[in-house]
Amino acid sequence: MHIAKLARLGLTEDEVEKFREQLSNILENFEILKQVDTTNVPPTFHPVALTNVLRDDEVAPSYPPKEILANAPLEEDGCFRVRAVLE
Amino acid sequence: MHHWKRMAASGCGQFWNNSSLTVKARELRVHKHDFTIHEAHQLLKKRELSSVELTKAVLERIHRVENKVHSFITVTEDIALFQARQADERIKAGDISPLTGVPALIKDIICTKGVKTTCASKMLENFVPPYDATVVERLKSAGMVMMGKGNMDEFAMGSSTENSAFFPTRNPWDLERVPGGSSGGSAASVAADEAIYSLGSDTGGSIRQPAGFCSVVGLKPTYGRVSRYGLVAFASSLDQIGPLTKDVTDSALVMNVIAGHDPRDSTSVNQPVPDYTKSLIPDLKGLFIGVPKEYFVKGMESGVEQVIRQAISKLEELGAKVEWEVSLPHTLYALACYYIIAPSEAMANLARYDGVKYGFSAKEAENMWDAMEKTRQYGFGPEVKRRIMLGTYALSAGYYEAYYLKAQKVRTLISREFAEAFKKYDALVTPTSPTVPFKIGERVDAPLEMYLSDVCTLPVNIAGIPGISVPAGFVDGLPVGMQILGKPFSEETLFRVAYTYEQATGWHKRRPKL
Repeated sequence: MHIAKLARLGLTEDEVEKFREQLSNILENFEILKQVDTTNVPPTFHPVALTNVLRDDEVAPSYPPKEILANAPLEEDGCFRVRAVLE
Repeated sequence: MHHWKRMAASGCGQFWNNSSLTVKARELRVHKHDFTIHEAHQLLKKRELSSVELTKAVLERIHRVENKVHSFITVTEDIALFQARQADERIKAGDISPLTGVPALIKDIICTKGVKTTCASKMLENFVPPYDATVVERLKSAGMVMMGKGNMDEFAMGSSTENSAFFPTRNPWDLERVPGGSSGGSAASVAADEAIYSLGSDTGGSIRQPAGFCSVVGLKPTYGRVSRYGLVAFASSLDQIGPLTKDVTDSALVMNVIAGHDPRDSTSVNQPVPDYTKSLIPDLKGLFIGVPKEYFVKGMESGVEQVIRQAISKLEELGAKVEWEVSLPHTLYALACYYIIAPSEAMANLARYDGVKYGFSAKEAENMWDAMEKTRQYGFGPEVKRRIMLGTYALSAGYYEAYYLKAQKVRTLISREFAEAFKKYDALVTPTSPTVPFKIGERVDAPLEMYLSDVCTLPVNIAGIPGISVPAGFVDGLPVGMQILGKPFSEETLFRVAYTYEQATGWHKRRPKL
């Protein structure tokens, strides 16, 4: 239930029950990883060893704001409109 | 009728100069829609066929079989005819390359400017991208005719295309069965001749597994070989775009266009792109192939195992040296490792769907948090929610080290094991999937069982190496795919092995009856 809240999925009680069972079953199967000795093994976060990739700081054309905002659910004066964060 | 034409049109490596093709094709009164890229190109180049004619033939085919197969989320008929006319103009001016004027389908997770890109999700049901993905840009410059956008599992999460929020795609070889997934529409459309070729994306097998299930050729390139710019992100360290085609030659032709460095994708690798058609050599002499025994998993169907063992014997017969009992012991942990890493990355990537910038947005809500929860409750389907939950759990305080970090360490061991194997072997050969296509509905409520159908393909994404699936035969009329793996940037070796096998066996010439 705590996880469902963190994920902001608005799950119904039925969904929470169904997922609880399915996820416990899946996680149980993942216990198998405990068998692997990973002492002194570094993690691989990425398949290609890349350091920071930087580009030159040059002015280049960007997408027109109008096209980007065309998909916005709520728009006002060329900005995304959001609900109040603090009430 | 279809087989005859394909036999007439093959002939090892002779496709560019086979002047008798047109005559034979006409004599046999073949359908234009079942051409490969290289067959169509030959006729387009000689101006014996126009792109408009070809496009109309493929559209007609779509109209005739789409109500059975359901490969498309969107059919872009007007765009296709417009692009076909443009291609014909170019060809008239003498400007033609192998993909010019040839009809294609694009998986609906790849952004197409001005054309809805839904990811088969209610969340993006009405999303119209303001830009083209790099691969689409490149295909357009090469003269692509876009027939439409392909159905898939929602956000590419699934192995059967049943997780599409709109409708399932059916396997052209047996309409009661799944086409595989997540690129099910991409595979089924090519098998059903609704497109000459297609693009898919592969995070754990999503190109290769459906290619195997539909008896087409599917390549997942090396991580970083093809730009991901404009590919809606699922798991960023695993995702890669690749072609699904009717034969190996076509796969090489599409790779020639889509591969290469892109400054807009910082993970794309700046390495020269070879002419992949040069590796279409029908000869395996001097190649050393390993068969990792762990890929013949418990629960594998005996028919599939038999087909794959026969296929490997064929490689031996064709001149390869084969080591039948290679061991990659960490393969056993790949499934658990993958289903921790992929959902963790997905959960972060899918946090962007908050109902503010684009996509579905719940209007009736009490406050900001309520609006976000309602948006995600309605917008995401069950499998997407399941994976977001799994990822949130694996990354949450107290579990991060036991799950996420542990999985990333095991990932290192899996990659090392592959690297070690490729010091000895030029390629590894395995089944693409442990089973033939399963029945629609059979695994929907058994997520773990569904995950198992990717057991042979997902170690490849974990290590970032390339893999190709080629048609290897049938069990009771249902397709079986053989997977060939190589070290990073060894696509040429994969093409050589796949091409030699294909030309010697001809499984790719069989078409489903629809």
